[in-house]
Amino acid sequence: MFNLQTHHDSRRFGWVISGLAVLVPVSLVLSASTGSITIDWSAVVETIRTGRPSLDHTIVFELRLPRSVSALVVGASLSLAGVLMQALLRNPLADPYVLGTSGGAAVFALIVMLLGLPTQSVSLAAAAGAVLSLSLVIFLSRDAGGWSSTRLLLTGIVVASGWGALISFLLSISQQSQIQGMLFWLMGDFREGGPGFVHCLVLLVVLVFSLFSSRGLNLLVAGTLKAESLGVHTLRLRLAMLIGAGLLTAVAVTLAGAIGFVGLVVPHMMRLIVGSDHRRLIPASLMMGGSLLVITEMLARTVLAPRQLPVGVITAFVGVPLFLYLLRRGSRPQAQ
Amino acid sequence: MTLLSAEGIEAGIGGRVVCRDLNLTLEPGRVWSILGRNGIGKTTLLLTLAGLRPLKRGHIRLGRDPLDQLTRRTRAQKIGLLFQNPEIQFPTTVNETVMNGRHPWIQRWRDSSEHDQSIVERELNRVGLQDFGSRDLSSLSGGERRRVELAALAAQETELVFMDEPVNHLDLHFQTQLLKEFLAECRAKARAVVMVMHDVNLATRFSDHLLLLYGEGETRQGPVELIANEENLSRLYQHQLHRYQAGDTYFFYPA
Repeated sequence: MFNLQTHHDSRRFGWVISGLAVLVPVSLVLSASTGSITIDWSAVVETIRTGRPSLDHTIVFELRLPRSVSALVVGASLSLAGVLMQALLRNPLADPYVLGTSGGAAVFALIVMLLGLPTQSVSLAAAAGAVLSLSLVIFLSRDAGGWSSTRLLLTGIVVASGWGALISFLLSISQQSQIQGMLFWLMGDFREGGPGFVHCLVLLVVLVFSLFSSRGLNLLVAGTLKAESLGVHTLRLRLAMLIGAGLLTAVAVTLAGAIGFVGLVVPHMMRLIVGSDHRRLIPASLMMGGSLLVITEMLARTVLAPRQLPVGVITAFVGVPLFLYLLRRGSRPQAQ
Repeated sequence: MTLLSAEGIEAGIGGRVVCRDLNLTLEPGRVWSILGRNGIGKTTLLLTLAGLRPLKRGHIRLGRDPLDQLTRRTRAQKIGLLFQNPEIQFPTTVNETVMNGRHPWIQRWRDSSEHDQSIVERELNRVGLQDFGSRDLSSLSGGERRRVELAALAAQETELVFMDEPVNHLDLHFQTQLLKEFLAECRAKARAVVMVMHDVNLATRFSDHLLLLYGEGETRQGPVELIANEENLSRLYQHQLHRYQAGDTYFFYPA
């Protein structure tokens, strides 16, 4: 179906995608077998296959798999959100966490939680917060000449710290008993229960739409005016990407709080492996991000067991150095 | 047959007027150069003619159709545009960049065909970069990158070809060779070309019509042999230029 440059390249892409398609179920089984009680991976597969009630079955299906599938959805959503934001802002450093999109979603979600509104409205509020925050950053950082990278990052970081202050404020006025749970959620924590139907649906819809728009995204990255001159309706496409990235961030935040740098690390990694063509970058980032977060979530609950680390802490350990490295490299003059 | 006709157009940027009540008709096989001082609005006018900036007044038609009523896709099949300084933010290959020029011709839900790929190869061949297809664009020199962009423009196969400083970054050899070959190809295929030029002598040598932007909306246009004289050009650049005859050709030299 894809007629992408050379034969060699599409064969390599085929290998990468097949590898990732294997990695996704392997990471899920590995994660389901690891924990305070180790279940042999063959027993996990057996349990999944037969569905016979047993202790293993309870652990796998009620404790571990829902969290792992959540991690899969969150990782995939954040990676795709990262890809979309990077294309939208024409900046490889764009990420839902760095630019405050996750923060906006978290603040809105927290407010709804504190008000004690029904759980469904938490997702809605998070979506509104994410889209609002991203729009704010775009609006504030654009100037007459288009986009300046420094200005974009500065605006995003300031907006993110603004949300951070609001979060501290909300925490300080909430009850003592709620604080521990909220803090953990904010740092990136998977609570019980898998992703809801709506979360998966949002991911699926945005994915399909982005895949169909991927040629337009390739052009958008080359410049808004350039894309327009080649027949892309850039305003419509960018608006769609803004909403898509906002919704995906909201999915991730409602499921697991603010997990940073996945949207930055994964697309960067996949660009090195499969290139910048969005027809390849999107599926590869999606699968890589999903399985990476499944494994991270597993590490978070096993490394210092019985203590659980917030997943966001681990992703930040990897993401922060990479972000700084990319920032430093980006400021170097390009080789002629 | 006229490919593009502009009637009484006013273009501007910010509060500045670039041209006022300008009438311009682009016929097949003609090559126009827009000349003017820095910041006078040459690029603005080019973008306006290409339908990428709103008109303040007047009408532009492509054939019989008003330009602003065409779909983006149809417009992109008719007007190709070479930008001045494209910046690269993400790694991309030479082949991908040239294939971008085929975008308006590829069905929305389809992928590029063998035909598209053969056009990409043909155009890369024409600019002497046939072996560069899988190279990363950022590994190329400024001049090589410019040639890739010219190949992408040619791959778009439009009847109207607009170029903003096409020979930017090119050395003397490629300036003359590419202009010669590219424009010969455009003339042979009855395309109309409009270029924003910095070099008066390249403009007079390679185009047949000139459009001079004096500023404050004042313009002057016509065939090169009528327009390119010391008086007009000295006034245009607010700098004295001398015309020197050399055999059957001539050039302008700033005082």
